[in-house]
Amino acid sequence: MPVSVNNSKLIYDALKACDVKIMSALPETWLVHLIRMADEDPDMILVRLAKEEEGIGISAGAHLAGANSALLMQNHGFLAAINPIVSLALLYKIPLLMLISYRGHMGEKDPWQTQGGMVTEPILHALNIPIWHLTNSGDVYQRLKDAQTLANASLHPVAVLLSRELMWED
Amino acid sequence: MLRADALQAIYPELEHRIVVTIMGAVAAELYMLGHRHNFFYLEHAMGLASSMGLGIALSMPGHKVIVIDGDGSLLMNLGTLSTMARYKPGNLLHIVFDNESLLSVGGFPTATATGTNLAGIARASGVPRVAETNTPENLKAAVAEALASNTLTTIISKVEAIGPKSFHMDLPLLENRFQFKRCLEALQKGSVR
Repeated sequence: MPVSVNNSKLIYDALKACDVKIMSALPETWLVHLIRMADEDPDMILVRLAKEEEGIGISAGAHLAGANSALLMQNHGFLAAINPIVSLALLYKIPLLMLISYRGHMGEKDPWQTQGGMVTEPILHALNIPIWHLTNSGDVYQRLKDAQTLANASLHPVAVLLSRELMWED
Repeated sequence: MLRADALQAIYPELEHRIVVTIMGAVAAELYMLGHRHNFFYLEHAMGLASSMGLGIALSMPGHKVIVIDGDGSLLMNLGTLSTMARYKPGNLLHIVFDNESLLSVGGFPTATATGTNLAGIARASGVPRVAETNTPENLKAAVAEALASNTLTTIISKVEAIGPKSFHMDLPLLENRFQFKRCLEALQKGSVR
């Protein structure tokens, strides 16, 4: 499978350096290695979700309990989680570190991903959620650290969009 | 039974524990019994009180967490039962007051009014302990047993669709959020209350 193991490892190591203790995830192709790394790490609590909405509640609970968390989701999962992002995270000033695989953007071959790709950034902008694009392996560590720093300082969700250039090798 | 009577019966078990409730009548009734900094009332995001409770329970394995859910909220997030059952935190107790009604928005019947069985769904989802209660006394006993069992438990408690006269709580939701977080910090440091 041409999902980049090396870049997945860079992202995972950066999350560990951010002292992330809980990750919630719903599998999708680009996230397979990240989810496997979390599953194999005895110091990481991986919560496999039925639907991404739950992840917003789990991260909110973790934050109130003092634990850093991260959410792994596809952009369609982000779309599925919009109500809790608004009516829990934004309403209650909960920081969220959302790692979103940016399907349906430039280079996408799967027709079913394309509509979600086109609305992802406009919806993040409408929600006033800051965006970092992860495109280069060289800035993965710094951008994830900076994203978490802003989320915690602003008590607000931030979105880190995982790009095809970083995640896919063909 | 009235939910207010049920809450009163279990209040001594709730008083010193981490409690997350849904919005509406149950939040107002618990608040009126005596607000505590270890109580969090999720005033929106229907369905996610149990997910929040799971996040807290997994982050604080040394502390009991009690979620007070409702039939309308649980029906909006049935996947939470399979996720809780998957990780089975023994420090999580999930109480569902089932009044077969969306009481806070005018009393429209939920699917439990037409035969949906939440206890059955919880069992089939893999929740290791499921109890059903219909009096304050047997709810109180079920809560005590669940807490002593150190096993993830869902209690489905049938109540009448009657709420408080007023849903007013003199507690802005952000004040509740910050005081609850501070309280959890203190609990973790052992400097309780």
